[in-house]
Amino acid sequence: MSFDVQKIRQDFPILQRKVNGYPLVYFDNAATSQKPQVVIDSIVDYYSNYNANIHRGVHSLSQEATDVYELAREKIKQHFNAKHNHEIIFTSGTTHSINIVASGYSEILQKGDEVIVSAMEHHSNIVPWQMLCEKTGAVLKVIPMNEEGNLLVSDYDTILSSATKLVFVNHVSNALGTINPIKEIIEKAHQYGAKVLIDGAQACSHILPDFQDLDVDFYVASAHKMCGPTGVGFLYGKSELLNILPPYQGGGEMIKEVTFKKTTYAELPHKFEAGTPNISGGIAFGVALDYLSAIGIDAINSYENELLNYATEKLLEIEGLKIYGTGKEKTAVISFNIEGIHPYDIGTIVDKLGVAVRTGHHCAQPIMEFYKIPGTVRASFAFYNTKKEIDIFIEAIKKAKMMLS
Amino acid sequence: MMMTIESIQEEIIDEFSMFDDWMQRYEYMIDLGKSVPLISNSNKTDDHLIKGCQSKVWLHAALEDGKIVFTADSDAIITKGIIAILLRVFSNQKPENILAANTNFVDEIGLKEHLSLTRANGLVSMIKQLKLYALAYETQLKN
Repeated sequence: MSFDVQKIRQDFPILQRKVNGYPLVYFDNAATSQKPQVVIDSIVDYYSNYNANIHRGVHSLSQEATDVYELAREKIKQHFNAKHNHEIIFTSGTTHSINIVASGYSEILQKGDEVIVSAMEHHSNIVPWQMLCEKTGAVLKVIPMNEEGNLLVSDYDTILSSATKLVFVNHVSNALGTINPIKEIIEKAHQYGAKVLIDGAQACSHILPDFQDLDVDFYVASAHKMCGPTGVGFLYGKSELLNILPPYQGGGEMIKEVTFKKTTYAELPHKFEAGTPNISGGIAFGVALDYLSAIGIDAINSYENELLNYATEKLLEIEGLKIYGTGKEKTAVISFNIEGIHPYDIGTIVDKLGVAVRTGHHCAQPIMEFYKIPGTVRASFAFYNTKKEIDIFIEAIKKAKMMLS
Repeated sequence: MMMTIESIQEEIIDEFSMFDDWMQRYEYMIDLGKSVPLISNSNKTDDHLIKGCQSKVWLHAALEDGKIVFTADSDAIITKGIIAILLRVFSNQKPENILAANTNFVDEIGLKEHLSLTRANGLVSMIKQLKLYALAYETQLKN
């Protein structure tokens, strides 16, 4: 079956709108994806037809809402091939998920332990570990990267040791689009008994990780980058690890028994889900995964690669344009600058022409420091984008270059 | 005779009303951004840096004959163009007049989006800083 992008575009109401008088060309998908009508409808449906608090009520409405919410958990488990439903913790998103693990390990790590991050992490996957190290006296080590934007795995080999307790790497770099060799990274960490957390925020809309095959210890992601709503995401963790992590927040839902002497915590996953969760968000996340699966992540990936190659080729025809992140394995993200022009200026002009791109340091200042640049223009594509849109984008970039040179 | 802040703002609104579309407005601002030397290099230091997430702004203030002389710069040219306009309005004015003035004219010349918080281009902080300097100098003059 061929990939019918025109048919897919009809599923996304926002793609019909104009911005500044021009049809919207949305190339900021790495920041957040747009939402198909089925996902939007599922939120309306929940509030219109079965809104109730979950896990507690004995009444039918509560039961119904609980069933649909738990079905969403089941869908996430199946989509990513986790072993158990209770290994999927609903969170408010990637950042929240990372903080649960970081906070838990702050009570486990000891002085002299080592944790490793990569040089191309988002701030949300650097700051919590720095805080963790400050608190515990553990030492933070960094896997460096090269000019192409690939991690230097040989350097990783030299910093790994029996002192390494945790390794944190993103599956895909948000600023460069590089797909990191996470399977290799995980295997090597396990040889030293270290645990690995993979930040999949930028990966899951393009590729399909298999948690059991990867043997990953923790994997985190956000729904809103996968056609789902904002404010919801998940933490996957192996049961045995989640069981030893202390709870992150106290409150309702996460307890088994409360007396003023002692509280015993609920079983997984509720131990980490204090308070009333984002019920409609969780449900809509499940619908988004169904939507993506129906199209097929493989089909999405190969179509996006076509867009990536087409756009890369066209962009490189522009004189003075440099792309950052030129590794072989990358998702449909292009970070670039034009010589002598500030990325902010380019972003401002192309926005006037209806083209939405991201400019700035993309919350990855260490990468910008590595390349000695203030930031980049980042165009990130999704499966509902077209080559025609890329042509419009290229013309907008050329126009901006002309005005700003 | 010194022009008041209000009359300078009206003059700028008049100038911008001659442009037919956004492109002409931006071309004008880009020209402003390219042509004007806005700050001496010795003042372009980290002390005078206002960090936006997207572009950097340097702002320096000095009191001369009871008026504040502002100089400023940015690494992004459109930001610098807007800075040139803001300096035309606020530089060489008395602290009390700077404190009393508003920036509604930015809206009228079609550049409002650059002063929104989401732009993170340092301009919002720059205006805040302009006013803080005015407040500081006003207090200094009173004492």
